[in-house]
Amino acid sequence: MSLTNYLVLSTLLFTIGTMAVLLRRNGIIVFMGVELMLNATNLALVTFSRMHGNLDGQVFAFFVMVVAAAEVVIGLAIIVAIFRTRRSASVDDVNLLRN
Amino acid sequence: MSVHTLTAARLPFADLAVPVAPSGPWQESAWLLVAVPLVSAAVLLLAGRRSDRWGHWLGVAASAASFVIGALILVSLLQAPVGERVVEVDLFDWISAGQLTLAAGLRLDPLSLTFVMLVTFVGSLIHVYSVAYMDADVDRRRFFAYLNLFVAAMLLLVLADSFVLLFMGWEGVGLASYLLIGFWNHRTEYAVAAKKAFIANRVGDLGLLIAMMAMFATVGALDFTSVFGAVGSMDTSTATIIGLALLLAACGKSAQFPLQSWLGDAMAGPTPVSALIHAATMVTAGVYLVVRSAPIYEAAPDAQLAVVVVGAITLLFGAIVGCAKDDIKKALAASTMSQIGYMMLAAGLGPVGYAFAIFHLVTHGFFKAGMFLGAGSVMHGMNDQVDMRRFGGLARYMKITWVTFGLGWLAIIGVPPFSGFFSKDKIIEAAFMPVAGAEWRAWLFGSVVLIGAGLTAFYMSRLFFMTFHGEKRWTTAAEGAEQHPHESPRLMTWPMVVLAVGSVALGGLLSIGGVFTTWLEPVVGHTEHADPVLPIPVIMASTLVLVLLGAFLAWRQYAASTVPQVAPAGSALTRAARRDLYQDEVNDAVLVGPGAYLTRSLVYGDRQVVDGAVVGVAHVTVGIAERVRKLQNGYVRSYAATMLAGAVVLLVVVLVTRI
Repeated sequence: MSLTNYLVLSTLLFTIGTMAVLLRRNGIIVFMGVELMLNATNLALVTFSRMHGNLDGQVFAFFVMVVAAAEVVIGLAIIVAIFRTRRSASVDDVNLLRN
Repeated sequence: MSVHTLTAARLPFADLAVPVAPSGPWQESAWLLVAVPLVSAAVLLLAGRRSDRWGHWLGVAASAASFVIGALILVSLLQAPVGERVVEVDLFDWISAGQLTLAAGLRLDPLSLTFVMLVTFVGSLIHVYSVAYMDADVDRRRFFAYLNLFVAAMLLLVLADSFVLLFMGWEGVGLASYLLIGFWNHRTEYAVAAKKAFIANRVGDLGLLIAMMAMFATVGALDFTSVFGAVGSMDTSTATIIGLALLLAACGKSAQFPLQSWLGDAMAGPTPVSALIHAATMVTAGVYLVVRSAPIYEAAPDAQLAVVVVGAITLLFGAIVGCAKDDIKKALAASTMSQIGYMMLAAGLGPVGYAFAIFHLVTHGFFKAGMFLGAGSVMHGMNDQVDMRRFGGLARYMKITWVTFGLGWLAIIGVPPFSGFFSKDKIIEAAFMPVAGAEWRAWLFGSVVLIGAGLTAFYMSRLFFMTFHGEKRWTTAAEGAEQHPHESPRLMTWPMVVLAVGSVALGGLLSIGGVFTTWLEPVVGHTEHADPVLPIPVIMASTLVLVLLGAFLAWRQYAASTVPQVAPAGSALTRAARRDLYQDEVNDAVLVGPGAYLTRSLVYGDRQVVDGAVVGVAHVTVGIAERVRKLQNGYVRSYAATMLAGAVVLLVVVLVTRI
């Protein structure tokens, strides 16, 4: 199987993730979109690593995973905190700084 | 001007006394003269209402202490041999910047000591008087603080040994005068009068500054000894410039033409202020400056002539204005202006006149202060009425005031043997002294001072008769307030009595054997007696005839016949004199109007151009911001979309440049 297919898949996943971030209002779903984008990036990194024959991309993918894990922890904590105070997880309701 | 007359004029100063170091404890502590009233003023101002109960007595004590110290120094100076009567007391290094090193020091010599005695003695009496006069004023303590500040500044002015220190005192008395004229500044016109005095004085100060700059540029020093020592090597034009600039300063401070318009309005201040500052002491500072700068004027005959001319103009100006004023204080102010004109004229005459200028200054300080205090006493008894047309017949009700004022009146019009006769007569004689190469001067200035003497007799007699004689023209109950004139309390009458004694005796005492002129010789130089163009008895007789004529005319018009309660329309000259010969109108038209116009156009330019640019920039910024802030809509999605778009743009840019 050609490595190009992996890149196509990575692009598709990234686009789906982006659309989820841009179009959905539920904070959790937006968050899932972000995760999808990160993992699409990971896939691309690993693919390129394979293409070029060195390990830089794979090592980098590990870093991304670690960062993603940390981000999940903080992000979910924020969403829970918002939900507790505002009884809603919609990102459109979080606009206190407007005006 | 030929070289010959220059050297001849400078001769009297060739043997001037050389300054010596102070000797004795009192000469060394001369700084106390200034420090005591200054500290007292500071205490009174800082302690505030807590010192209300005893503040006025502290003020009196400080002034009296200065008098005592001054008297002790005077005694020590009198004991010294004549050649050691100019003492320089070094205080501290004051300014050292570049080429200029200036030590602050005091100069004790006959001239400054004369002023010290006049200022502290008359000042102390007026302090005592003010205790009673300002009794009802809640701000009496503040009044005494300002009075003490004035005394300190005036003493600094006369004791300074350099023009810079003199300038400090000069500004100090200006400040004190401003504060005291505007003492009742809750009345707008009084505050305006204070400002007017301050600004007119600033114009004069400009002259003193220019003179100092010119001295520094040519001599490189500003202390009296160096400057006067360098006069010999100065060219005539420089000396003339310095002399004219100093004259401008003197005109501002001494209310001489053309800067005299502030003095009449300065009468807005409480009467003791008018007596002390605007009659006896501060306004004479200009005469002091001219006499002190005598060596400069000796090298600049043109500037000297200018001094005489200014004195002559002011002398007649003040006298004419004095003849028409109905406000007792303003009439006295016009008289002050005229009398200082006499002093200026004498000071401008050169060595023949210096001593007499100062002599007249001292006697005038006594009788004019006495008369102002008398006017204050009259106002005190007449519910602050100042219009002489509503006085009349007060002699029976205020005996002490009447007698003391009368003695002052006899002194100022120059009736022998009162003080004014001795001092003024000498000035008239000096004015008749021939000047080499300009005979017309003796005749012109001689006749001016003669006419001035007659006018003085007329307006002072008018004032005296309108106030104390004739029938009563007091305001009645129907007009608002019924008058019950009464004599003032002892604290007010005693200073008047002491000053009246001075008005009677001082002139005679000080001229026995020329004791006063001899005393001043170390400063103003010795002059050989010369003969005036007219024989002295003729001058004396014509003066007396004019004086008696003036007094008689005043008696006929204001004592023997009825004085209208409302001023009659009068001739064109009378109407002009009532309005200070239109000096205010001229000032307004020539200076105030164009100045205000310039200010307004500057303000307009500032608003339109400078403010316009600044406000315009602000408007543009706000406009841009209004548009940009729409982007901040608070939706996370739109921010994310912006970021995505940005990332795509970046990517495209990177890729396109690669291709």
